[in-house]
Amino acid sequence: MLLKAINVQKTFGELHVLGGVGLSVEKGDVVSILGPSGSGKTTLLRCLNFLERADDGQLEFDGRQYAMARMSGRDIADIRKKTGFVFQSYNLFANKTALQNVTEGLIVARKMPRAQAEEIGRRALEKVGLSDRCEYYPSQLSGGQQQRVAIARAIAAEPQIIYFDEPTSALDPELIGEVLAVMRQLADDGMTMLVVTHELNFARYVSNKVIFMEHGRIVEQGPAREFFENPREERTRAFLQTVGDRLPPKPSTQGREI
Amino acid sequence: MDSQLIGILTDSFGKILLPGLTMTLPLTAISFALALIIAVAAALVQFANVRVLKQLARFYIWVIRGTPLLVQLYVVFFGLPNVGITLEPFPAAIIVFSINTGAYAAETVRAALEAVPVGQIEAGECVGMSYLQVMRRIVLPQAMRTAFPSLANSLISLMKDTSLAANITVTEMFMATQRIAARTYEHLALYIEVALIYLLFSTVLTKLQRVGEKRLSAYQSRKE
Repeated sequence: MLLKAINVQKTFGELHVLGGVGLSVEKGDVVSILGPSGSGKTTLLRCLNFLERADDGQLEFDGRQYAMARMSGRDIADIRKKTGFVFQSYNLFANKTALQNVTEGLIVARKMPRAQAEEIGRRALEKVGLSDRCEYYPSQLSGGQQQRVAIARAIAAEPQIIYFDEPTSALDPELIGEVLAVMRQLADDGMTMLVVTHELNFARYVSNKVIFMEHGRIVEQGPAREFFENPREERTRAFLQTVGDRLPPKPSTQGREI
Repeated sequence: MDSQLIGILTDSFGKILLPGLTMTLPLTAISFALALIIAVAAALVQFANVRVLKQLARFYIWVIRGTPLLVQLYVVFFGLPNVGITLEPFPAAIIVFSINTGAYAAETVRAALEAVPVGQIEAGECVGMSYLQVMRRIVLPQAMRTAFPSLANSLISLMKDTSLAANITVTEMFMATQRIAARTYEHLALYIEVALIYLLFSTVLTKLQRVGEKRLSAYQSRKE
């Protein structure tokens, strides 16, 4: 068990965003979190990396136990050094080149020698197909390229898990494929991933587990195949039906590469 | 123009320019450097929401922006001796100018800090950097680029405002001009002459601003 969260709760003022959510992730899992907007998916992910502070909940990560509401700065830093985070809006450092975006954390936070960091950075950018864009600034890159740099930044530190927060939602449709392709490659390489997404094809054909959330609770979770072919909950069936017309039966019949 | 006036003007040119170079410019440069330090500090404690210090910064900006620069000069140079603090004219001017410009620049820097997308701070923390590291390496460099044109404005204002230091007996350009005018009675010609020298200085600063903006804008270049 790499990660286990129990009873994660979060309120924003009156709004109960997370009402006691639990999930577990094994090493090598690719878990997709689905659900209508406002269901708390993103908040859950942000709580797991302490970009939001949960009001309650236990986190077991890499063999250690944490109380999520009472984290020390040191514990948070420790966890963050073992995790990567990919944002919906990329959040690349605008004043740094693609390569510097990848090496910044290695050099500054991990005190890695520059030469070593740059070697790792170039390899990470090569992996996402951008070895020819090392010296480009984010403003010179397309959305899809920026998101791939962000993925390179996340994998450079060899994290134990990468959180993806709707990584393709801000992209023009024709740029989504290149990002999903990189994510699929990561999954094939055995990277542990927790992905909040609206891409049902990714959830179905790349992830091995699916979590369906609504109103701050998990409605259903299970193996991806089972979830899509034989959902247990009425609500899940309804959700899959409403978004179903966006879901072609087989990946081979679709134009988009994943 | 009679030859006597031309003689006075050419003769005075060096006598005005020299204190311009040895007093006005150093006064401007030193005050501005200190003002920048004050401004960044006052902006950062507000941006990072540091209790007490934030209130202190707000109070400082409120008082300094709300009172005339000339009055501030008088308070420090003529007023403080009443409580036993006597300053030489030059350091008194430095103190007042840096504190005054710092208050305006603090607001500029604060607005520029707030213009950096918060997502970049989160991204920095997610790659393991501390808040201070993120501020220093990611947020501040971008904010200073945003703030640069406004800060250049403040610098040009400050350069001209140093003429007020004549009131507290700093022998800068304007005081030098006043002295020559008192002796020769060529007020109009001499004050226009010193105005032109100020104009020359601010033109140079404006040119420097252009160069600086160009050099800083590397990462903001448009898509090819």
